[in-house]
Amino acid sequence: MTQYAFYFDTTRCTGCKTCEMACKDYKDLGVDTAYRKVFDYEGGSWDVADDGTCVTSAFVYHISMSCNHCDNPACTSVCPTGAMHKDADTGLVSVDTNKCIGCGYCHMACPYNAPRVDRSLGHSVKCDGCADRVAEGKNPMCVDACPLRALEFGTVEEMEQLGERANIAPLPDSSYTDPNLFIKTNDDAKPVDSDEGSVVNTAEVAQ
Amino acid sequence: MPKTDMSRRSFVKSAGALAALAGVGGTVALSEDAIQAKADEAAGTEEINWSQCNVNCGGNCVFKWHSKDGKIQYMETDDTGNADFQARACLRGRSMRRWVNSPDRLLYPMKRVGKRGEGKFERISWDEAIDTIADKLKDTISRYGNDAIHLIYATGMYSTTGNPSKRLLDACGGYLARAYDYSANQILVAMPYMYGSDKKKGSVFSPYDAKNASSMTEAADHSDLLVMFGNSPAETRMGGANTTWDFARAREAIKARGGKVINIDYRMNESASGHADEWLPIRTGTDAALCMALIHEFIVDGKTDEEFLLTHTVGWDEQTMPASAKGQNKSFKDYVMGTGYDKVEKTPEWAAPITQIPAERIRELAADLENAKAPFVCQGWGPQRHTNGEDTTRAICMVPIALGQIGKPGTNTGQREAEPPTYLVDSLPNDDADSETGIVPEGGVPANAVTWSIPCYEWLNAVDHGTDMSTTNAGVVDKKNALPDGKLKNNIHFIWDYAGNCITNQHGNIDKVHEMLSQKDDDDLFILVWDTVLTDSAKYADILLPDAMRSEQLNMQTQGYSEWYTGVTVGGPAQQAPGECRSSYDVMADIADKMGVKDEFTQGRTHDEWVQYLYEQGREAAALEGTQMPTWEEIKKQGVFKQALPNVIGLEDFCKDPEAHPLGTPSGKIEIYSEALANIADTWEYDEDQSISPIPCFTPGFEGYGSTTDEYPLYCAGFHHKSRTHSSYGFIDELEQAARQQVWINPIDAETRGISNLDQVRVKSPAGEIQIEARVTNRIIPGTVGIPQGAWHDADMDGDRVDKGGCVNTLTTYKPNALSRGNGPAHSMIVQVTKA
Repeated sequence: MTQYAFYFDTTRCTGCKTCEMACKDYKDLGVDTAYRKVFDYEGGSWDVADDGTCVTSAFVYHISMSCNHCDNPACTSVCPTGAMHKDADTGLVSVDTNKCIGCGYCHMACPYNAPRVDRSLGHSVKCDGCADRVAEGKNPMCVDACPLRALEFGTVEEMEQLGERANIAPLPDSSYTDPNLFIKTNDDAKPVDSDEGSVVNTAEVAQ
Repeated sequence: MPKTDMSRRSFVKSAGALAALAGVGGTVALSEDAIQAKADEAAGTEEINWSQCNVNCGGNCVFKWHSKDGKIQYMETDDTGNADFQARACLRGRSMRRWVNSPDRLLYPMKRVGKRGEGKFERISWDEAIDTIADKLKDTISRYGNDAIHLIYATGMYSTTGNPSKRLLDACGGYLARAYDYSANQILVAMPYMYGSDKKKGSVFSPYDAKNASSMTEAADHSDLLVMFGNSPAETRMGGANTTWDFARAREAIKARGGKVINIDYRMNESASGHADEWLPIRTGTDAALCMALIHEFIVDGKTDEEFLLTHTVGWDEQTMPASAKGQNKSFKDYVMGTGYDKVEKTPEWAAPITQIPAERIRELAADLENAKAPFVCQGWGPQRHTNGEDTTRAICMVPIALGQIGKPGTNTGQREAEPPTYLVDSLPNDDADSETGIVPEGGVPANAVTWSIPCYEWLNAVDHGTDMSTTNAGVVDKKNALPDGKLKNNIHFIWDYAGNCITNQHGNIDKVHEMLSQKDDDDLFILVWDTVLTDSAKYADILLPDAMRSEQLNMQTQGYSEWYTGVTVGGPAQQAPGECRSSYDVMADIADKMGVKDEFTQGRTHDEWVQYLYEQGREAAALEGTQMPTWEEIKKQGVFKQALPNVIGLEDFCKDPEAHPLGTPSGKIEIYSEALANIADTWEYDEDQSISPIPCFTPGFEGYGSTTDEYPLYCAGFHHKSRTHSSYGFIDELEQAARQQVWINPIDAETRGISNLDQVRVKSPAGEIQIEARVTNRIIPGTVGIPQGAWHDADMDGDRVDKGGCVNTLTTYKPNALSRGNGPAHSMIVQVTKA
């Protein structure tokens, strides 16, 4: 089997959200749903002198993330019907909408918050890695959209050459699910359990 | 603002280097996609249609529409050729389907039935609309003259055939044109005094091409220190063939060779994301003070290039001052070292409390600049969009000039990085390209018979009291001395607004605009607005026309701000326009018919025939230079053609040999001290809190440094935001959800006001008040708040006028700068912020 994976370069990402919008256009998603999300992780403080001059330790970096199509996906293990499944040929995780009963266990189990239940459709929805495009030999829509060339897609063997398995804040420890997301970190990157920063754009992150 | 009206000669001049590179970028052959699309089209299933984004970020990014049964389904972007050369659309472009298919689209011509600005309209027929417009044009011309018609600054359309307004109005006998623009107003006015602009000397200043600036690709190849003042390509040039990508590549190359990047801004902008060490926070509007302190250090350290300054500049020191100003301590060096008019030495300790940058940090930056082999110093257009912007833009240029670090590999002139001015196809011809010569270009119409113009930001004053306005009190441009007493002959009585939102939203001091326009009698002022949705400006229209979008027509456009290639994209329509929306060309041809100038306007060609004609003209000219463009049939199939361009080093020829390649200044040198400006400073009318200075200096200016009060204790500036291009795309809910309209405020300033992240707050200035969400963030310097510009004004103008849309121009004061008569107050504001 081939396991596909994403690569993401935090030194290049400017938080522009083109990946998210390209996905929304292709998958026809509205305001409330995003299969790819961009987190602004910020921290630091200011030291202001009596004369008004100041120095700061402020930092920001962005994480663009969709479903990570994990080696040990939490969503599939809790799914009571087998609707949430990992493709045997590609390793891409997707929902069989005929089987899904919309219970929401996958949503609660996923540490990356990738699946959600669309109540109007009555089943879970999530990034499927653009499986139809991948089958045609193309990249997922988000990857070819990136103006900064900060996203790549390929086999896990190719992507792990480019970066480390995703293990920086604000993401959970990669040992939980072994995500197929490989990251180029930056000088400001904090460890997964860091309290030095926080996601400040929660209102901009759709489910 | 990409130039689409480049003359043929300009192309020929710049195309030589292009020929040498033929094939580097690769001609894009008929793609498999295109072949498949043709097959699908025959089967009645899916088709591919190429188009472009037409808004004013300058990107002109490529759309690859997938349509089915005549309706667009989704978009891909440029996927042709080398991935590094692809004009990938940004998040806004990727939401274009939401705009094209928006339920908010204007569908029918309408006339105003409510009060001006109220937004009440009634559907009318196209015949009635065209008759009304033609009657109003004739009436205005007969009562006042063509100079009472003003083509207001408007930038929502960049396409070779998208906006024929100038062509039509030229054919009708002319119109009052605008000088400069809202993007680079202070640069456009001030920099020609320093770097010169004189066609006869072959040195024409423009902020939009790499004649007076280097390309970012040059920094990538040869610089070891990139210093940016108020420049965030990640927010202003977001497309994937634009500077955001150039900059990312430059950063990686510079760091790989051990160099540094310094990003000087009041916000940690998105270009510094993931690179916190690059950010040098500065108080908004004080860049010039930092520059003076840096140059002070260069002088003290003996690092200035005195030989270069002697041979290439006027006014650096007493030795190089012009005779008229000798012996008066008026040189730039006198000003910096404390022997000038203000007797203040511009030490880092002087600059520290002004800029909020510690003196030792200023010295570190000075040392970095002194030690760099090839410092690339550049500025965005934010620093000049202040009330002291004319001085600031020149002050930033003084940093590399003082070191003699311009015109050499890896260096820049201090101006914004720019692209080679090379275009493969022209726009619909109008007089602009040759207005000084009066030569009508082939296919053109008679030149604008109104030879004078007003600074673009002065239009509101010209509506109110145009006949009092002159060169010395309002910057009226009258090079041919056509105005006998120096004053405008008429107020503006007809405003022609095609794809613009500068009546209110993107102008300044919206409450004041509303008051002035709503007082005008219907008989005194007629406003024509052409748009796709009901903008705030459109609410002031007498006739409001629904435009077909470019993805709904055959479209052709060039490469925008890309530095690496010149290109052209041809394609469409991807789907039909809704309702009664029509192509602006067709509507203007109908107006031309009523005005008796249809043949001049159309030259017998339909819109689509013009596109083909312009393409084939461009193809012929390119062939003469050795560039083989696809045939018309081929380009219609393949959509995109790209050709690589070389790096550019700004002012390279002048720096190598100033005698052989003089600048377009009176002296032919860089005029650090400008006699022309000294004369203007003595003769023009302006207020005490405004400045016109013959040398670059730090002048706080109106609502600048030192102007805060107990009532308005914070500085405030606008910035470009990812969810909009100016106000374009400002109504797309998916964009607003993903990139919210928020005032940025430092935790220190928020805490004293009891404000938490995501709280609703009121921001009040002397001009007006908005309500907006707070983004409490360490990414902004204490004492300054920042508001994304371009949000759609949303206020009850008969009630409290509090703008719930959070438009920054509700807060800006309408007070044109002294020299530029431009929009300096756009980023010079003082405000208070309170929890709502």
